[in-house]
Amino acid sequence: MSAPAREFQVQVEGLSVAYGDFLVQQDLNFGIRRSDVFIVMGPSGCGKTTVMRSLTGLLPPAAGRVLYGTEDLWTANEAERARLMRRNGVMYQSGALWSSLTLGENVGLPLEQYTDLSPRQIRDIAAYKLALVGLKGFDDFYPSQVSGGMQKRVGVARAMALDPDILYFDEPSAGLDPISARHLDDLILQLRDGLGTTMVVVTHELASLLAIGDDAVFLDAETKTMLATGNPRDLRDHCPDARVRGFLTRGEATPPPDPGAPLQ
Amino acid sequence: MATAAPDQTGPGPAPAAVVPSMRLDTTAAGLATLHLGGTWRVGQSLPEIDDLARNLDAATPTPTALTLDCTGLTDWDSGLVAYLLGVRDLAIQRDLPMDEAGLPDGVRGLLRLANAVPDRSGGKPTAFHGGFLHEVGSEALGLVRSTGEIMEFLGEVALSLRRLIRGQARLRRADLWLAIQEAGAQALPIVSMVSFLVGMILAYVGAQQLAKFGARIFVADLVGLATVIQMGALVTAIVLAGRTGAAYAAHIGTMQVNEEVDALRTLGLSPMDFLVLPRMLALVLMTPLLTVYSDLMGILGGALVGVLVGGLSLTEYLNETQAAIGWNHIIQGLISASFYGAIVAVSGCLRGMQCGRSAAAVGEATTSAVVTAIVFIVIAAAVLTVVFNAMGLS
Repeated sequence: MSAPAREFQVQVEGLSVAYGDFLVQQDLNFGIRRSDVFIVMGPSGCGKTTVMRSLTGLLPPAAGRVLYGTEDLWTANEAERARLMRRNGVMYQSGALWSSLTLGENVGLPLEQYTDLSPRQIRDIAAYKLALVGLKGFDDFYPSQVSGGMQKRVGVARAMALDPDILYFDEPSAGLDPISARHLDDLILQLRDGLGTTMVVVTHELASLLAIGDDAVFLDAETKTMLATGNPRDLRDHCPDARVRGFLTRGEATPPPDPGAPLQ
Repeated sequence: MATAAPDQTGPGPAPAAVVPSMRLDTTAAGLATLHLGGTWRVGQSLPEIDDLARNLDAATPTPTALTLDCTGLTDWDSGLVAYLLGVRDLAIQRDLPMDEAGLPDGVRGLLRLANAVPDRSGGKPTAFHGGFLHEVGSEALGLVRSTGEIMEFLGEVALSLRRLIRGQARLRRADLWLAIQEAGAQALPIVSMVSFLVGMILAYVGAQQLAKFGARIFVADLVGLATVIQMGALVTAIVLAGRTGAAYAAHIGTMQVNEEVDALRTLGLSPMDFLVLPRMLALVLMTPLLTVYSDLMGILGGALVGVLVGGLSLTEYLNETQAAIGWNHIIQGLISASFYGAIVAVSGCLRGMQCGRSAAAVGEATTSAVVTAIVFIVIAAAVLTVVFNAMGLS
């Protein structure tokens, strides 16, 4: 890891995550700098989402620390943790919209709970956030009435509702067509540039992560730990680890030992 | 072994089906040859791999190498490839070098592909299957664990109630009203019907027995007391367990599956305050109210039978009922009802919150919510009866 040019907003030290006895990832050490687009990448099933759940306060780690500034997320008491978590916005893989609320209410609920704004003001802010993600006028639809891609965008709008310091995205482009995925990438960059929000993106979508990533960590499924950290484009070209280069070039840098005969 | 591949080396339009065949020859030098012939497609009955294992074990002399001959093969699909994977496993188990040169090229490619990725089964959670004692032990441990979970949940509910009383709990008033409406007003029709019929059944059974003593009028006492003290609350609670408790488990369980509960947590909203508290309050408030209504319907049902079958007049019946029932009886029923309501809400929400992340898990959560609720309602009914007796309420 090079000397930090800017302060780390989130620091992960010796983090191990597990489900019961089943170890998912261990010995993770990396930092996320302010206003970066930080990519958590790795092959399917390597535990990217699980690591994100530990970063966002949903899954207590088996070992190690997650520092927000100087505060340890997991040794803080419940009220402190809730306060730290509220500075994060999270967009879930499936959108995770509250299905019994309209899109407008989904975006408005955090505001309703944590601000003293009037219902009218909340509606206006929710409508503005929906417009930001390209869903102007969809306030009164229910999540089941819009497409999967729209649900994801509402998920982004809701994650942004409280103007968080850090936005987490779990597989933003999964299940989207290339154009929609590209729009979502552009949205992430525009929001970062416009609001200065730090973006943490969990993904294995190469085109996307190479296009938007400033910094990244690569998690490996077999060794159950991180193999590299740094700018994804640098990693692709210069990473000493062949597995990382292979991943970032769709396996072209290091052909697997036995590619299999062409099928007839 | 010649590498003569059959003309047809890939799945294509099926020619006239020929029965798939398997034959094992062993030369005196110990070279075993497996002849595969006919059409190997999954739609047909294919030879079992165990037959080959038996043939290999029975072969004399014991084979030292295995080659494959596919000259008789006319057509194949995954049925053949899966069989060959089994053959390869057998060969590895018996330390037999296997010569695959006789296979069609396509099959060789597919076999290589199937073995290209190392077996990750080590990463799968494995279940240990022990004997009867192990089963009993793990069931017992499961029971202890689930009791612990219920206690933990009750503790969280208590903390959540404390936050509510201090005005720190975050919940939406709209959610509370919606829960009250769903658990209360919308349950009226079904509660009416069930209570009315239970009242009729009690009266009918009672009338027949009491007629033998010429004490028909006491049907009113029987129905009135039974309904007010116990049956009204029980019937209401069981209807609510099936109707509302199941709905809570399914709703919260589905929210778990869709990560909606996680989304609440990351906002710093406690699912206990936000999801469980309104439902719990709604049921604790609505169950006694519904019970009063259920008592009334039960008495009316009894009166109908008393008048039609027992030959009593309506005034007579209602006067007798009024004389029989005291406030102490009504209070017993209402206190029981509050407990039952809390039990239904806690079971429904508990199973919903414990729900795993699949559609099947939602089904299990719903079933479990109803079963838990009914078991605890019956236990509570027994305990409360003893307590009320000790207090001199009855």
